[in-house]
Amino acid sequence: MKQYEHWLDNPLNVRKLWRGFLVVLALTVIAGFFVDLHPHFEIESWFGFNAAYGFITCLLMIVGAKALGLILKKPDNYYAKDERDD
Amino acid sequence: MTSLHPALILIAGALLLPFLRGKARNLTVLSAPTFALAALWLLPEGKLWQVQWLDYQLAPLAVDKLSRLFATIFLLMAVVGGLFALRQTSRLEVPAAFLYAGSAVGVTLAGDLVTVFLFWEFMAVGSTLVLWSAGTPAAFAASKRYVAVHLAGGVILFAGVAGQIAATGDASFHAMQVDSISTWLILIGFLINAGAPPLSAWLPDTYPEASWSGTVFLSAFTTKTAVYVLLRGFPGTEILIWVGIFMIFYGIVYALLENDMRRILAYSIVNQVGFMITGIGIGTEMALNGAAAHAFSHIIYKALLLMSAGAVLAATNRRKCSELGGLFHSMPITTICGTIGALAISSFPLTSGFVSKSMVTQAAIDGHLQAVWLFLAAASAGVFLHAGIKFPWFVFFQKDSGLRPADPPASLRWAMILFAFLCIALGVYPEPLYALLPYEVNYVPYTAAHVITQLQLLLFSGLAFFVMLDYLKRTPTITLDVDWLWRVAGPEVAKSCRLALVETRAGFANGLANGLASIGALIARQRRPDGMLLRSWPTGSMSLWVMVMLLAHLAIYYLG
Repeated sequence: MKQYEHWLDNPLNVRKLWRGFLVVLALTVIAGFFVDLHPHFEIESWFGFNAAYGFITCLLMIVGAKALGLILKKPDNYYAKDERDD
Repeated sequence: MTSLHPALILIAGALLLPFLRGKARNLTVLSAPTFALAALWLLPEGKLWQVQWLDYQLAPLAVDKLSRLFATIFLLMAVVGGLFALRQTSRLEVPAAFLYAGSAVGVTLAGDLVTVFLFWEFMAVGSTLVLWSAGTPAAFAASKRYVAVHLAGGVILFAGVAGQIAATGDASFHAMQVDSISTWLILIGFLINAGAPPLSAWLPDTYPEASWSGTVFLSAFTTKTAVYVLLRGFPGTEILIWVGIFMIFYGIVYALLENDMRRILAYSIVNQVGFMITGIGIGTEMALNGAAAHAFSHIIYKALLLMSAGAVLAATNRRKCSELGGLFHSMPITTICGTIGALAISSFPLTSGFVSKSMVTQAAIDGHLQAVWLFLAAASAGVFLHAGIKFPWFVFFQKDSGLRPADPPASLRWAMILFAFLCIALGVYPEPLYALLPYEVNYVPYTAAHVITQLQLLLFSGLAFFVMLDYLKRTPTITLDVDWLWRVAGPEVAKSCRLALVETRAGFANGLANGLASIGALIARQRRPDGMLLRSWPTGSMSLWVMVMLLAHLAIYYLG
């Protein structure tokens, strides 16, 4: 068996971590069946609202940031040129 | 006037430090803020120092629950920051940081606007010196921009304070309504230091240029002092809700685009201060408690995050995510401490962020502010995205950079461990923090519903991170912020104005020279033998002119 510097370097262990993560994700949503989540607003009483909301808003933020990056991203040395002029 | 002023103890320590070496210096670094902290807790509440100055009653030392809370966390930060910076070779940095921290404490203990303003300006001086002590040309260039923004903010604040005192005759610092030019100016002056738009870029532009320990100090005081003065001066000012929400999303979006690890964390300062400012805008007791508690826990976990980044910087001399990664192999303590800080900033259950930030969210719920609540919930998920996972992932994990630096020396390690411990301790046992808050706390953070909904929000945000990882790959780029206006646009406009001026002047000078030359040429021409002045005139024309003159004489004679 191949020796790894750290157990996290072994792709098998990483796969196990992924599975564990997905199980925990499922559990937090399933828990909604058994625990009264005290919805404060109408929208919050939808099943799995927080999970879906967290996922979708994050996708939107990433895409939004990416779109903004198309205009605003510049190479690292963008300002360095000016500072040499000083 | 018998009580000792904690801010002055720390500032005295700062002035003493440059003359000390070795053990005496280390001892003073740790004991000056500790003494100041003890002195603070020995003070009773009330206006302890009263001074008559001109026609005004000033109170340079006034203590209540709110000021004690902020002064406590500032001094705690000075102690642990001092511990972290014990190995700092710059002889300027820690004294400057103590001047800076002492002035921040001075603001929180000031009972009048004049004292607030004085310490406010000392903070700008102290923080600039911290930047200078990094000793790099980039830090010096950044400090010039930093000073320009803060001096402008100081002028605006001074105008506001002067106007307010002139209008009311009262110098005391208490809650104000934004109903006059002077209160607006005070609010704007405070907001500039909070990192609010439109000048927000001063923060991510300058903080990451300080040394590995300097940024830790810088992260704590300026913005949180601004939170304190807003809490005292402008609670319930509705516009602050929207200013705060803007800051929250501005911080997230820019942090997502950023490659420099300390600039990611700098943007997330703006993001976190946004939560506090939103709370101040909501203005209920729950919201104000939440803003104050969040400032307290934020200082600890943000300093922890920047300490772990500082340890990485000191060990590798690299700050870009695209050049880091895989450090967990050789820096386990830094990795664990940094990750705890990252969980705390994301308000993970059992960390300090969970018990403080949720009070602000709860206040939005109690006030039936559904839109605000939706923004805050999205933002909580976004914090996990940009700081909670992104920072530790790209610095400590992701692809192996091949770097194998060791964990930092003991003083740095213990500073990190101490703050990591506090992040968890406050999360598990929040009662001592709740007891320090300005209003009574009727809030239970740990309910099954709250823990589950928060976990759903955060973990699915984590899923989004890994699903979209390809889109988040780091590139060696920077992202333009409003500082572009004064780093590129301003100088360009000035340059083109100068060019236009030079051209106009040259054109004018040319025109003038040509005009004068042609007049000269004309005169010269008339003075030549055939010119008008030297021409020999025939006798006929002479007699003609004599006749004209005689006629004129005759005419005048008759008319007169």
